This record gives sequence, structure tokens and C-alpha cells, in this order.
Amino acid sequence: MAADQAPPALRVANLRKRFKDVVAVDGIDLTVRAGECFGLLGPNGAGKTTTIEICEGLTEPDGGDVEVLGLRWRSDAQALRQRLGIQLQETQLSDKLTVEETLRLFRSFFSRGPSPADVIALVQLEEKRGARVAALSGGQKQRLAVACALVGDPDLLFLDEPTTGLDPQARRQLWELIEEFKQAGRTILLTTHYMDEAERLCDELAIMDHGKVIARGTPAALVASIGADHLVELSTGGASRPVDIAALCRLEGVRDVKAENGTIRIHASELHRAVPALLEELRRQEVPVSELGTHSATLEDVFVSLTGRHLRDE
Amino acid sequence: MSDASPVRRRAQAAPASFVDHPLVQLTLVRVREFTREPEAVFWAIFFPVLITVGLGIAFRSRPADVLKIAASTPQLAQALKQEPSLDVTEADPAAAATLLRTGRIALVVEPAPEGGVLYRYDDTNPEGRTARMLADHAIQRAAGRRDLVSATDAIVRDPGSRYIDFLVPGLVGLGIMSNTLWGLGFSIVDSRRRKLTKRLIATPMSRAYYLLSYAVWRMMVLVIEVGVPVGFGALAFGVPVRGRLIDLAVICILASLSFSALSLLIASRARTLEAVSGLMNLAQVPMWILSGVFFSAQRFPDTVQPFIRALPLTAVVDALRAHMLQGFGLVQLAPQLAVLAAWLVVCFGLALRLFRWK
Repeated sequence: MAADQAPPALRVANLRKRFKDVVAVDGIDLTVRAGECFGLLGPNGAGKTTTIEICEGLTEPDGGDVEVLGLRWRSDAQALRQRLGIQLQETQLSDKLTVEETLRLFRSFFSRGPSPADVIALVQLEEKRGARVAALSGGQKQRLAVACALVGDPDLLFLDEPTTGLDPQARRQLWELIEEFKQAGRTILLTTHYMDEAERLCDELAIMDHGKVIARGTPAALVASIGADHLVELSTGGASRPVDIAALCRLEGVRDVKAENGTIRIHASELHRAVPALLEELRRQEVPVSELGTHSATLEDVFVSLTGRHLRDE
Repeated sequence: MSDASPVRRRAQAAPASFVDHPLVQLTLVRVREFTREPEAVFWAIFFPVLITVGLGIAFRSRPADVLKIAASTPQLAQALKQEPSLDVTEADPAAAATLLRTGRIALVVEPAPEGGVLYRYDDTNPEGRTARMLADHAIQRAAGRRDLVSATDAIVRDPGSRYIDFLVPGLVGLGIMSNTLWGLGFSIVDSRRRKLTKRLIATPMSRAYYLLSYAVWRMMVLVIEVGVPVGFGALAFGVPVRGRLIDLAVICILASLSFSALSLLIASRARTLEAVSGLMNLAQVPMWILSGVFFSAQRFPDTVQPFIRALPLTAVVDALRAHMLQGFGLVQLAPQLAVLAAWLVVCFGLALRLFRWK
């Protein structure tokens, strides 16, 4: 692909931002290549929104360098605004306007782009084109917000938690819309705290926590980085004796074992060897097993293994 | 890149039509948000009419009042009935005293114990004093007194000098102020609260167009704001508009712009509707009281007069009254127009510095 030689769509170096006594962004470096969907994954308060709003030119950074489409906010703000599509996390569009009126308004700000009717078709709101924004469901409002980001035919699309608060069906509809946009060769910067969303949509990911990037890579590489394909979780409900963790660690196919209040999490590479060996060892230790579950490793497990917390703890 | 994609292919140059100009689209948003809020339309249009009707009826120019009095003897009553401006009842002294005390009559006439006539009335009540003069005149004439100089009355009831004439320009000024302050300030703060302003400045939208769209919208509403009460006052009460209409338009446009700038300043930082409501009231209440909407501002002490005259609502109301009732032109109204222009420049300048888009 020619994308590797092309200049990056977005380059961020050593970005810093502090709000009063909270450090929101603490020295971040990012590179988003043209044509890829880049995800910022992290829990609430990790600094994702601050980062994306600095890239959107809405927040002034305290330090660091931001280059968007080869341009800089300080010198080329007006040209940049023409080329970016932006969906903010909490915008409430005017309730009294219709879908079509809203899009026509946003379209009027851009010098080029598809017609409102075409964008309405793209986000599948044809039936609602004459409906007031107040009458739309959460998913429809969110698709309208994305449509407002598309009316300027953007070279770079910023989506800040586009599916937060939506029901599963509305989320899938938005995912399909974003995938369609990806297939058109567009560049997207997306923030999310849903690991399934990041896994499905993003070509490249940066995992953020407390204002820092703690891991980066493709979703597959990140999952592989924890060195295990599978996770085994078991509960030793009401076990009177402490489990001998060291013995579990020595078992074949087991990479890592963590125990906390009655739950043991085991990273394993070969389930068919690890699980029988585990059960045999627990039987030998006379530890009762009340629950046992296994799943393939996910980005959630990556986050847990990096921070000891779940993505949606907060 | 794949220019054959459906999204790319649909990309086209901006349609050049007038309606798709950003300023037109932004102004349409203002108009739609206003007309799709029935309460807002009601307050802007019908409220001034209701006030004009209500106060016009309460303070209408009645035929010269007939004063109610009581007489304690038939002879006195007979003599008093010769005076058409008096409505005489016969009542015994105790009943008459009660009527007087409760304000239903202005005067009691009874024979004095030592001969002659006794008038009972409250000398702080103008009606009482008038009734006493009329009653005394009637009784003296009945007793045979003749006037030495003949007198003839010529009645003058000019439009322009009644309370309703004073009131309508005041209401027009008050309407421009409250509609502009509330309408503009609320809309701006609501947009900011919804993070809609933040979303808009993330587009290439011109911020000047955004602010200008509010000004254009206010100009459109101004036609109704001024036209309805002035037209209604003229039709229903004959309130005059003696100055030139073009001058009236200039006064009202300048007033609307000044209050828009004040509203922009008040709303420049507020994040909640509660906060902006408090500030709006803080700005308006002194003007409701001091600016002479319902009664003349001359009643306040001389020391505060310069302050009162510097208020924008005072300037608007004074200019409208001088224009409508005395036919003053713009040159004569220069002091008031200068006050308004000063408010416009200072408030707009400050608002631009302080205005928070996010």
C-alpha cells in the first residue's frame, strides 16, 4: 500500500495538557496514517477526549506538537476546519430543527461536500428527514451527529465515543456506517472505552490510562502481547485453605496466575492441556471449584494485565 | 485513494444558492427556534397588546367625573341637584358618615347647628375638595347669589396628552428591552449549555456570521415588537405617531442593537439558564423602576437624574415619546441616540473580549 509512504494524517508529539491540578494528557505521541482507523482506548478520565479535542483545534495544549493533514492549528485553522469531520461527545443538536434542516445548516459552512440528502441516505435516516431532532431516538441522534461530521467530505474524521450510551442494535448500525466509511479509504480517529468496538473497527490502537499511552499496536498484536491466547477464570467459593499459586504456575500451558478474593485468573496458551492439569492440581490441593469459565484473550485482558483494573471500573 | 467510493463520488462544489449561504441558514435557525416555540411568540406579540389594553382601560379618559356626595335634608339635596357634576344621595348623618369613611362618597352636606351649612370631607382628597367647591357653589346659587363675571367653557381633550399616550411608547421600549435580553441571552446560553456552540466552532463557520444571525433575527422580530403595540395603540386609542416613520425605525433599530449587545455581554460567560436569568433580572429591574415606562422618571430626585438618563431604557423611552407625541426628529433626539450608541459600543466591545464559545 502507498499509505506507508504518504505523510501521516495526524502526528502528535509529546502532547501535554493540565486542567488546574489534574494532568489530563501527560506526554503523548501518536501517529495516524492516512486511510487507517486509529483508536484511542481507555477508561473514562484517561485523557482521550482532551487528546482528541486538542487535535480538533478546540483545546489549546500546554505543550507538544500537533500536525493535522500536514497543517498546524496556529497557522492554518480555517483550511483545516474545511477538511475535518468532527463528532463531539456531548453535543445536543437543536431540538426544534428537522434532520434535513440541521444537515443543510452544517453543509452551508463547508465549501464542498455531499448534499444533505445524500448524507441522510448514507446514515439511513431517510424516513426521519422531516422529523424534529427532539423526536429522534438516541441511535438516530448519534447517526445525525455523524452525518453532520460527514457533510464537509472530510479527509479526517474524529469520532469521540460515538456509541456510548446506545443500545446494542444502534451500536451495530453505527459500526456498519463507520466500516463503510473505512472502506472508502477514509482516515478516522476514534475514542472508545468499549474493547469490542476497538477490536472490530480499529486498524491501530493506543491504550490510554491516566493521560499516558500505556500500549500501542494492532488489536491482534496487543492481544498477543500478553502471551496467552486464552483466559481461565475460576472461583474457589468458600475454600478454607489458601491455594498454592506457585504450583499452578508450574503447570503445562499456564503462563501467568493471579488470585484475588476467591477468583483465580490464569493466562493459558493451550486450553486442552492447561485446564485438565489445573483441575487435577486443585483436586490434589483439595480446593473446591464452584465456577469455571474460559474465553479467548481480548483487549480487556490486555488492559487488566497492564493496569490491574477493568476498562469500565470507573 | 479510492475516489470511486460512494461518499467521494457524491462530493460536489457548494451550491451557490442564496438560501444555502451560512448567514441565511443561521438566521433561519433563529427564526425556526423562535416560531416553533409558541410561548415565545405569545410573549413577544400578545403580551404588549394585553398590557396596552389592560392599562388603557384602567386609565382611560372618562368624561369628567361625577362626584358622589350625600345630603342630610331634602332641602339641601334639592339645592345640590342643580349642579350636574354632583350625584346626590339623601342620607341621615350616621349613614352619611359611614359612606364618607368608606370612600363611597366624597362629601357630606348637612345643616350646621348654628345655622348655615356644614361640609364634612377629607381635605387631602382632591375629590373631596372639588366636591366641596361644587356643592358650595350650588347652594350659594340656590340661595340667590349671582355671578359677577360671565364664564364660558371650551373643552380640550387632545390625543397625545393622555396617560395612554404616555404609556404606549414606554411599553414599546420595555418590549424591545425584555424581548431582546431574554430572547437572545437565553438562546445563546442554551446553545452553549448543549455544547452546540462548541460543535459549530469546530466547523469552518464564521463566528461573525453566528453573532450577526442573532442581530438579523432581532431586526425581523423588531417589526412585530414595535409594529404591534404602536399599531394597536393607534387603532384602539388613537395614540399618535407624529414623527417620521423612518426616524422611528432608526430609534428602534439602534435600541434593539444596544440591547442585543447588552444581552450578549450578560450571556458572554454564563453556563446555565439559571445563572443567565439572575443576571438578566439584575440588569432589568433598575430600568423597570427608574426609566419612566409607567410613570415619569422626573419624579425621582434631581441628584439621580443624570444616572437615570444614562440608562439605555430611559434613552429609548424618552426618544420614543418625543418622537411619537411631539414629532421630534433624529437631530433633536441626538442625546438619547448618543446614549444608546455608547451602550452598543461598550457592551459589544466587552462581550467580544469575554465571550466564551465553549
